[in-house]
Amino acid sequence: MKSHWIMAAALSAGLGSPALSQDKVKLVDVIELSGAGATAGTNFKNGVDLAVADINAKGGILGKQIEIVHYDTQTNPGNTRAAVQRAIDEGAYAVLGPVFSGPISASMQISQRAEIAQIVAGEAAGFTKQGNPYIFRTSLSQTAAMPKIAKYLKETVKAGSIAVVWVNNDFGKGGRDAILPELEKAGIKVAVDLATEQGQADFAADAIKVKNANVDAVFVYLNEEESARFLRAAKQQGITKPMIGETTLLGAKVIELAGDAANGVKGHVGLSIDAPIPAFQDFGKKYQTKYGFNSDHNGLKGYMAVHMVKWATEKQKKFDKKGLADTLRGATIKPSDEPGILMETTIEQNGDLDRESFLAEVIDGKQVITATLPKIKP
Amino acid sequence: MAEFTAYLIAGIATGAIYALAAIGFTLVWQTSQTINFAQGEFVMLPAVLVLLAIKLLGAPIWLGALVGIAAFILIFGVGFKLTVVDPMIKHGVLPLAIATMALSIIMKEGAKDGFSAEAQNFPSFVPTQTISVFGASISLQHLAIIACAFAVIGLLQWFVGGTKLGRQMQATAQNPTVARILGIPVERMVLLTFVINAALAVVASVLISPIYLAKFSNGEVIGLFAFIAAIVGGFNQVRGALVGGLIVGIVDSMAAAYISTQYRLAVPLILLVVIILLKPEGLMGRKEERRV
Repeated sequence: MKSHWIMAAALSAGLGSPALSQDKVKLVDVIELSGAGATAGTNFKNGVDLAVADINAKGGILGKQIEIVHYDTQTNPGNTRAAVQRAIDEGAYAVLGPVFSGPISASMQISQRAEIAQIVAGEAAGFTKQGNPYIFRTSLSQTAAMPKIAKYLKETVKAGSIAVVWVNNDFGKGGRDAILPELEKAGIKVAVDLATEQGQADFAADAIKVKNANVDAVFVYLNEEESARFLRAAKQQGITKPMIGETTLLGAKVIELAGDAANGVKGHVGLSIDAPIPAFQDFGKKYQTKYGFNSDHNGLKGYMAVHMVKWATEKQKKFDKKGLADTLRGATIKPSDEPGILMETTIEQNGDLDRESFLAEVIDGKQVITATLPKIKP
Repeated sequence: MAEFTAYLIAGIATGAIYALAAIGFTLVWQTSQTINFAQGEFVMLPAVLVLLAIKLLGAPIWLGALVGIAAFILIFGVGFKLTVVDPMIKHGVLPLAIATMALSIIMKEGAKDGFSAEAQNFPSFVPTQTISVFGASISLQHLAIIACAFAVIGLLQWFVGGTKLGRQMQATAQNPTVARILGIPVERMVLLTFVINAALAVVASVLISPIYLAKFSNGEVIGLFAFIAAIVGGFNQVRGALVGGLIVGIVDSMAAAYISTQYRLAVPLILLVVIILLKPEGLMGRKEERRV
């Protein structure tokens, strides 16, 4: 008799566990929490956590609470591949991250083979050109951003010659390869084409080289910490020419680390908590309250990534991994339908995004939005 | 010429930091005949501890600096000698070298987990302005680094060569057995050497962190280049470490300027290979022979 009770208890425990897991949907965030991408990755992770908390507080997705797991890739492509595989083995509904383009390129075939959506924060042009239907961006690609930068350099900065300072990784090389043809089309001469290394600490020689080139403007396309170090080195060398960047250069972390050296930096930003959109500003306040520092664009990307999953799942009315990717492709998500998306976002068939973006300037240690640019295909 | 001068000053400033760290390599080598593979992390950690003290104690910068620096010298000067070097040296230099590799990883990961994985601002005691020297714009920060590093190295040279305590240290490094017979407190001299190594690391850390930003991974590059500098100059000579550090710093700066920024890291390594092939004891090192 006693053994029957034990069996019944075991059976009910066995039946109880799946029931509990059925109340949750698992998302795995494969993200740079250390290494060269730690700043970007930490912001993305925090954005994801905020979104999960918001969604769970409102009842979750189709009644299920989100279970979020973060795996640190250490900004290492091999670790990223292993983490994506682990996420799939653990039954993740979708994979979020990483931010750095090299690790994205190294890992996205794994999610493609498993037919599971991977929503990433990378900006390099290349990885959405490889016909992978399961990769989705949370930011504009370099292909979309660079023409806007070239136009800005020509019409607003009125630059005739320029120095291009880029980081020698997938992100930097992609940006450099995307901006050079646009500069040529705009008739801007590239006087200095300067590669730097990921994780580089000393930019004195680079700044001296840029200074002596005597160009009209400097286009800086580096990761966050390197951007700050370069701006500091440029200030030390007394470079007074306009420093122009794309999103990263005007990010909160860069401004914090570069201090006074960030003042006067201008450029194009895809996402910003300072954008004249109340939803962005509300997110910025919420983030600041929870983490004690300002979110950069990667925080917004993390927040949007989770809401892309939510919107597509509610749209298809079921938890179908493959269907999630199918629903996202070609969709336009409006804040009226999904407030967490923050601004109207169109997802192209290849996973690229189209949406409004901004021109900004750093004034007194704060990013100030000076203009809003329309979608490429309004 | 102005451009060359700017590159030269930048190279000397970087080289001065490498020299401070490289001298640490030579000091540890002279007293324990081993290599401290955590030397780069020794330069990384003081800045992190200072920021941590400011954050945890809510203290002003000067107090945070005092607490952080004192804690570092106590833990990684005295503590390193008592808890890592003393127990391991009895088993030969190889276990000790491996122990310093483990220490390097512990320091790096500890800084990452206990402080931050992200770079942080470190206050500079010099304004970020430039002055004109021979038509070249020279950063005041670079000049301050050069002045401070040379002053500290000069002080060390004077201490080692011009004071009784310093000469006792030298005697201990050259032949501890004879030094002991002569009544020199060898153990105390060795301890003093490790404290000086920690103090040099503190100076290097405070000088370089406003430029590199305080980050757990800073020790990787500094440790590698200081190691190259020590070999280039001569592992058993403090003067050699100074010369080696300056050469590596200048070569790095010139390589970035006139060869390629992409291959700049390879140039000091090529220099290292050349030195090992042509003068294995280093430019200013002396040949060491050992009986087996």
